Amino acid sequence: MTKSQSASLDRKKFMADPVMVTTIVVLIAFLTLFILYPLAILLVDSVITGDGISLSVFSRVLGMKSFQTAITNTLKVGFLVGIASSFIGLLFAYVEVYVKLRTRFMGGIFKVVSMLPVVSPPFVLSLSLIMLFGKSGIITRYLLGIYDNSVYGFWGIAIVQTLTFFPVCYMMFRGLLKNIDPSLEEAARDMGASRWKVFMTVTLPLILPGIGNAFLVTFIESIADFANPMIIGGSYDTLATTIYLQITGAYDKNGAAAMAVVLLFITLVMFVVQKYYLERKSTATLSGKASRERMLITDKSVTRPLTILCSALAIFVILMYVCIPFGALFRTWGYDFHLTTRWFEQVFVRYKGLKAFKDSFVLSLIAAPITALLSMIISYLVVKKKFKAKGFIEAVSMLAMAVPGTVLGVGYIRGFAGGIFRTGILQGLYGTGAILVIVFIVRSLPTGTRSGISALRQIDKSIEESAYDMGAGSLKVFTSVTLPLIKDSFLSGLVTAFVRSITAISAIILLVTPQFLLITVQINEFAEKGSYGIACAFATILIVITYGSVLLMNFIIRHFGTSRKIVNN
Amino acid sequence: MAKEKKGVRLEHVSKIYKDPKTRKDFYAVHDVSLDIEPGSFVTLLGPSGCGKTTILRMIAGFESPDEGEIYLGDEAINAITPNKRDTAMVFQSYALLPHYNVYDNIAYGLKLRKLDKETIRRKVTDILALVGLEGSEARMTNQLSGGQQQRVALARALVLEPGVLLFDEPLSNLDAKLRVSMRTEIRRIQQEAGITAIYVTHDQSEAMAISDQIIIMEKGVKAQVGTPQEIYYQPVNEFVADFIGEANFLKGHVAGKTGDKYLINIDNNIVEIPDNGYSFTGDDCTVVLRPEGAVLADAGQLPCEVILSCFMGSYQNYHVLVGDTVIKISVFNPKNKKIYEVGDKAFVVFDENSIHIL
Repeated sequence: MTKSQSASLDRKKFMADPVMVTTIVVLIAFLTLFILYPLAILLVDSVITGDGISLSVFSRVLGMKSFQTAITNTLKVGFLVGIASSFIGLLFAYVEVYVKLRTRFMGGIFKVVSMLPVVSPPFVLSLSLIMLFGKSGIITRYLLGIYDNSVYGFWGIAIVQTLTFFPVCYMMFRGLLKNIDPSLEEAARDMGASRWKVFMTVTLPLILPGIGNAFLVTFIESIADFANPMIIGGSYDTLATTIYLQITGAYDKNGAAAMAVVLLFITLVMFVVQKYYLERKSTATLSGKASRERMLITDKSVTRPLTILCSALAIFVILMYVCIPFGALFRTWGYDFHLTTRWFEQVFVRYKGLKAFKDSFVLSLIAAPITALLSMIISYLVVKKKFKAKGFIEAVSMLAMAVPGTVLGVGYIRGFAGGIFRTGILQGLYGTGAILVIVFIVRSLPTGTRSGISALRQIDKSIEESAYDMGAGSLKVFTSVTLPLIKDSFLSGLVTAFVRSITAISAIILLVTPQFLLITVQINEFAEKGSYGIACAFATILIVITYGSVLLMNFIIRHFGTSRKIVNN
Repeated sequence: MAKEKKGVRLEHVSKIYKDPKTRKDFYAVHDVSLDIEPGSFVTLLGPSGCGKTTILRMIAGFESPDEGEIYLGDEAINAITPNKRDTAMVFQSYALLPHYNVYDNIAYGLKLRKLDKETIRRKVTDILALVGLEGSEARMTNQLSGGQQQRVALARALVLEPGVLLFDEPLSNLDAKLRVSMRTEIRRIQQEAGITAIYVTHDQSEAMAISDQIIIMEKGVKAQVGTPQEIYYQPVNEFVADFIGEANFLKGHVAGKTGDKYLINIDNNIVEIPDNGYSFTGDDCTVVLRPEGAVLADAGQLPCEVILSCFMGSYQNYHVLVGDTVIKISVFNPKNKKIYEVGDKAFVVFDENSIHIL
C-alpha cells in the first residue's frame, strides 16, 4: 500500500498552477531571509570566534555580573507581570461575562479596555506613571506630599507592564468564559454548591489551561518588552535593555549576539509550551458552544464590589492615558501648571516633528498593506491548501511571534550590515527605509496571520472548492472568493499592522539611521533626557494617529464590510 | 443541452488515507472499476465512510487516486486539476458564493470561460428558467430558501454544460418533503439536459427514485452495481439486502431439487424456491425475505409465533419467531385482514417469487 501515485499526481496538479508555485517560493524566500536567517546568524556569530567554533563568547557573557542580574531581573518581572495580568484579566472577563452590568458606563469601560492594547503606543504608561507618581508626580508630590518617591525599577516596570498587558489576558479569558456551557455551572448550583464553590470547582478547572496560556503569553510579552524598562527601569536592567546597551554603549556585537540567543532561547521555550501544549489544551476542553444564555449574577453583594474594583482599575488606566496630552500642555510638569503650546511648537519647529511624523507615517503606510496581504496569503495557503512546505511557512510565521524585537534587531545588524553572510550581497539594504519596512512587516505578520487563519477557518472549504471546480485557478479563487469573504479580517489586519508599525520601537531603534526620524525613537530620546513635555507632545500626536486609524477602520468595516452578513448566514 | 455527454470510467481505482487515530494507512476506496454510460444517472450509495464521496471527489479532481486511472470520455484525467476538468459539482452545502447575487453566482464559471456578456446573459436566463427561478437574478443567495439555493447550485453547475455532473449529497440539508420534490426535479432536469450525472447519497429511497444504475459501496469496495430493481430483488449479499430496504435473513440449506425448484430446509421445514443458478444441493444458504413479501395465515409454509403486533396505519407490523430467528412482516391494508396478537401461533406465507437465495 503506497501513496506514491497520489503524491505524484498532487505534485503535478500543484505545478500546473504557476502563480501559486511562485507565491510559495517567494514566501519561503522571504521568511527564510528575514526571519530564519537573522536568527541563525546570531547563533553562528555567538559560537564562531576567530579560532573556530567555541562557546567562549557565551561563557564570557554568562560570566558578566550585569548579564546575570539582567536575566534574574527579567524573569522576576515577567513572572510577576504574568500572574498579575492574568489575575486582573480574569477578573475583568468574569465580571463582563457573569455579572449583570446595568449601566452603559460599565459597558463603555469594557470597550475602552479591550481597545487599549491595540492603540497603546509604548512608553505611554511609563511616562504617565512617572508624571503621576514620580519625584514631581502630581499624586505623590501634590496630593500625598511625598517628595522623594521613586517609581524607577522593579515595581515601576511591573506595574506599567501589568497595566499594559492585562487587556490581552482579558480578551483571551472573555473568549474562553463565553464558551463555557452555562448548564455545567447550573448543574453544580442545582446540586447545592455555592457560587464560590461553583467557581472553584467548575469554572476555574475548566479554564485552568487557559490561565496557563494567558500567563505565558504575558510572560513572553514582558520579557520581550523593551520600551517600558528603558524609560522606567532606571538602573534596573532587563535582558532587552542590556542587549541594547551592549550594542549601543559597549559596541560589543558578538556579546550582544550571544545575549540575544539567550533571550531568544527563553522566549522560544515558553512559546513552544504555550503554543503547542497550553493553547491546544485550553481550547480542547471548551470546544462546546454555550447551549443558551447564561443567567447573570444580580446579587448586589457580588456585583457591587466587583463593579467598583473593575471601574477603579479601568479609570486609573484611562487616567494614565489622559495624563499624556496634559503633560504636553503644561509649562513644566510638577512645577508650573500654566497651559502652553510651547512643547507642540518645539516639536515641529526645533525637533523636525513634521519629518518624524512623515517618516513614521510613510514607512508604516508602506508596510501595512504588504503585511495585511502577506498574512492573508499565508493564512489562505495554510488553511486551504495542501503542499509540502506548508508546515514550514506556518511554523516560521508563527515563530516570529516568539522573537523579541531586540533579538530581531540584533539579528538584522549582524545579518545585513555586511551583506548576507558578510559577503556584501544585499548590503545595500542595510540602513535604508526598506529594511525598516521589512522589520515592520515581520513584526506584525504573526498577528495578522493568526487573525486571518481564524477568519478563514470559519469559511466552508467547499465554497472555494466550488469556484475551483467551475474553472478558477488559485489566484482567481483567492481574489474573487477568499479575499472578499475575509475583507473584515483584512481591513483590521491592515490597521493593526499600521498601528503596530507606527508604534514599534524595540527592533527599529537598533536599525534606524539618522536619515530617518521615527516618532517612537524621538519619544524615547526625549523621555530619556527628561524632557517630558516634548515626549508627551510626540506621544499625544501618536495616540491621536493610532486612535484615528482604529476609528476609521471601524467605520469602514461597518459601512463596507461584508463578512459579517455572510458569517451570520 | 450538454455539448457532449461523456461517460466516466474508473479502472482499478484505490485511495489510501491515514487513520487519524491509529496513524495507519487504510484503503478508503479499494480497487473500484466502474463504467458509467454517457447520459445515464448513476448513484453511489452506501453508509458513511464507505468511500462514495471520495470517489466523487476523485472524479472532480479534488483528490488524487493512489492506484488506477480515471477516464472522462476517452481522456485519462488523473493529472488534470479540478478547474481544467470537464466536470461540475453540486455541493452538499451548496457552496454558493455568499458575496455574489444569483446572477453572478451562475455567471461565475461562464465569465472564466471568457464568453461575451450577451451570451452569458442569455445562458443564465435560460438556465434559471430550467430550474424554475426566473427573475431572481438580483437576489442575494442568503435571501433564498434552502430549496432555492439548491436550484441555484444546480443551475450554476448545469450552465457550464459539463461532460458530467457530480452531486455530493445535495439534498441532505433540506427537510423531508422538499427532499422528495427536489429529487424528482433533479431527475427531470437531468433528463431534459441529457447530461451524465453521478450522484452520491446515503439515502436509499433517494437512490431508488432517481437512478438508472445504483452502485452500492461497502467499506471502500464496490458491493453491487445494478438497476434499482436488481439491487432490491436480487441483492448479492446480506449487506446489500440489509442496506436497501428491510430484509429478513433465514438460514437454511439446500435439501434437494425438484424440477426447476430447490427444496430449502429452513428450521426443519421444507420450502420450495425457484432455481437462481447459484446454489447446489447440500449448500448452506441464506434466504432473503422482504417484510412486504410475506403475510401471516392460519396455515402455510413456516410455523411461527407472534412476538410483536403493531398497527402502523397503512400496514400492520409483526415480529414473529421462526425457530430462533426474528422475522419482520408488514401486512398492508390491515383493516380487512385478520389481526394476530402477541403470543398467537401462525404461519408465514410467502410468494416463492418474492424471495431470493444468497
